[in-house]
Amino acid sequence: MSMAPQAEPAALAPPAPGPQETDGRTRERPVALRLLARPEVGVFLGAVAVFVFFLIAAPTLRDGGSMATVLYQSSTIGIMALPVALLMIGGEFDLSAGVAVITSALTAGMLSYQLTMNVWMGVVVALVASLAVGAFNGWVLVKTGLPSFLVTLATFLVLQGVNLAVTKLVTGNVATDDISDMDGFDQAKALFASSFDVGGIEVKITVVWWLVFAALATWVLLRTKYGNWIFAVGGSQESARAVGVPVTFTKITLFMLVGFGAWFVGMHQLFSFNTVQSGEGVGQELIYIAAAVIGGCLLTGGYGSAIGPVFGAFMFGMVNQGIVFAGWNPDWFKAFLGVMLLGAVLINLYVRRAATRR
Amino acid sequence: MATKTPSSTGAPGTHGAVLADPAPERDRPLVELRGAGKSYGNVRALHGVDLAVHPGRVTCVLGDNGAGKSTLIKIISGLHQHTEGEFLVDGEPVRFSSPRDALDRGIATVYQDLATVPLMPVWRNFFLGSEMTKGPWPVRRLDIARMKRTADEELRNMGIVLDDLEQPIGTLSGGQRQSVAIARAVYFGARVLILDEPTAALGVKQSGVVLKYIAAARERGLGVVFITHNPHHAYMVGDHFSVLRLGTLELSSARADITLEELTNHMAGGAELAALKHELAQVGGVDVDALPDDVPDAAGGPAPDSADKSDSTASDSTASDSTASDSTVSGTAEGKA
Ligand SMILES: Nc1ncnc2c1ncn2[C@@H]1O[C@H](COP(=O)(O)OP(=O)(O)OP(=O)(O)O)[C@@H](O)[C@H]1O
Ligand SMILES: [Mg+2]
Repeated sequence: MSMAPQAEPAALAPPAPGPQETDGRTRERPVALRLLARPEVGVFLGAVAVFVFFLIAAPTLRDGGSMATVLYQSSTIGIMALPVALLMIGGEFDLSAGVAVITSALTAGMLSYQLTMNVWMGVVVALVASLAVGAFNGWVLVKTGLPSFLVTLATFLVLQGVNLAVTKLVTGNVATDDISDMDGFDQAKALFASSFDVGGIEVKITVVWWLVFAALATWVLLRTKYGNWIFAVGGSQESARAVGVPVTFTKITLFMLVGFGAWFVGMHQLFSFNTVQSGEGVGQELIYIAAAVIGGCLLTGGYGSAIGPVFGAFMFGMVNQGIVFAGWNPDWFKAFLGVMLLGAVLINLYVRRAATRR
Repeated sequence: MATKTPSSTGAPGTHGAVLADPAPERDRPLVELRGAGKSYGNVRALHGVDLAVHPGRVTCVLGDNGAGKSTLIKIISGLHQHTEGEFLVDGEPVRFSSPRDALDRGIATVYQDLATVPLMPVWRNFFLGSEMTKGPWPVRRLDIARMKRTADEELRNMGIVLDDLEQPIGTLSGGQRQSVAIARAVYFGARVLILDEPTAALGVKQSGVVLKYIAAARERGLGVVFITHNPHHAYMVGDHFSVLRLGTLELSSARADITLEELTNHMAGGAELAALKHELAQVGGVDVDALPDDVPDAAGGPAPDSADKSDSTASDSTASDSTASDSTVSGTAEGKA
């Protein structure tokens, strides 16, 4: 009866200690350390550093108009980086995100022009198509259990080919026809690609959408059931399933969110340039993924934020424009990015270790 | 008091609704397996197993490593599907497609691997998959304050005091994680509570608390499936014992029909432990006399007084367990009221 003693009266005192009791072994962690536990802190510091650096290196950037350009550039990356980040927290990534933007824009552009319909028809069909591509990615992933790298690599190749071939087939060209004189164009442009005036500085509306989406994504991630599920399916899919999280639903809808982002950015491109080049978008997917990783999202899932990728995208925009305004050769951009990516990953790693250590 | 359950705190979700049903007659099993089996490809992990979980009774499942215990409970908890035989809930054949189905019928499980997400905070893990929310649909959001409070209360009832429920559960010790998993299942298990080796990583005090929880759950009228390697733990709280061996039932016996000695003997461990002790004695350097006596005694024909002794101790502790569990439960109930 080696286990009998534990059932003796001594152990039978009510196990619940008083509510004020603490276990007394952990010192209160310093506020700074607790702040560092947030995934977006590393990238915030990085963004500030890059910002200050280019303000010094490129004095012309200090002008409000140049800042608006930086923000615009950041927003077109940032809007896509958000769903890509959520997907990454959910443990997957999507290599087809870059060409999916173009697929969406091509769909809307060609449909509207060929059928001489109101552009809104094309916009709606493009949305359905984008969501369907996302749902397909998610569904194949869930059904086959293949890694998302393979599934979305296949989608990437398919979309890339379809974009070029179908555009050639329909328009006889590598770009779609100009739709700027069609019904509904002005409305759609107002929604996706207009600008407005802030104290004499012209700001693109995508900047507003970017921040609205970021706020929404943050709320969903931290304050809703669905957000809880995203962290869970990325952190440990089997555990999540065992406690009743709808893993299939969560994964598929995450891919569909990326589809939504691709649609939105695609519409922006269509309505700001009036035509779409069918070969574009290749390589952009890596920029989105990099922005999410620089933003503190764990590549293997289960950890990250929606605010981090906002700063990640801002760093991209800043570097991109900063190099131009500093008068350097723009070819340096990618090299700069690589260094930033590695630096950000190392900082995040260090911060996370420091913060989760007790 | 007998119907006092966690859901009376107003936790949303289905387990409250399930509880609203009038208690079924005592003799109809909540969950029943008839000739159930499970093959993983060509591995037949389980074959021809009968098991009944009655309200207010503790069914213990014992067996060696790899005997199929976890496979058995994974069928009941909806993680796997049986490939042969029948699985009935409330007398009606079912086939769960996910653990959500089991939870919706009030069946909660502590998995052997605990099923926690290491990087998520303790309180989020506690409520994962059954989150409390507030507000109407478009702005329906997590009720974080209430979840933290509830998780803290339930953990304190387990004797686990955490300074910071925000810390990732991966930073807790193995036993603390296990306590969180148990507290979670106790909180959500409205009708059937399944525990897969819940005491494996626990200290003496926490093991005692778990056994009291099992007794308390029985008092509340829940059906409990208790999986363990430890026949002493099983005998303290069990009403029915099933011993699995290589995927089939080796023994299925009510408490009245079996003594602790026999139970210990039926577990493959009994005879082998005797042999092991013998071997250790020959190797030397091991204080064999300090090892527990009853196991080898049982294997080598039990001395009558030794059997009596351990048997009476066991029932003593079971009796005191139930009284203790009453106080535990009322304490819990007051805390919740
Ligand atoms: N997913 C799986 N795929 C293939 N075989 C499996 C799987 N899960 C379990 N098995 C096999 O089924 C048998 C029973 O395993 P199970 O986990 O049910 O044992 P157990 O009684 O819980 O053991 P333990 O005491 O170690 O927890 C083992 O032989 C194991 O190899
Ligand atoms: Mg097991």
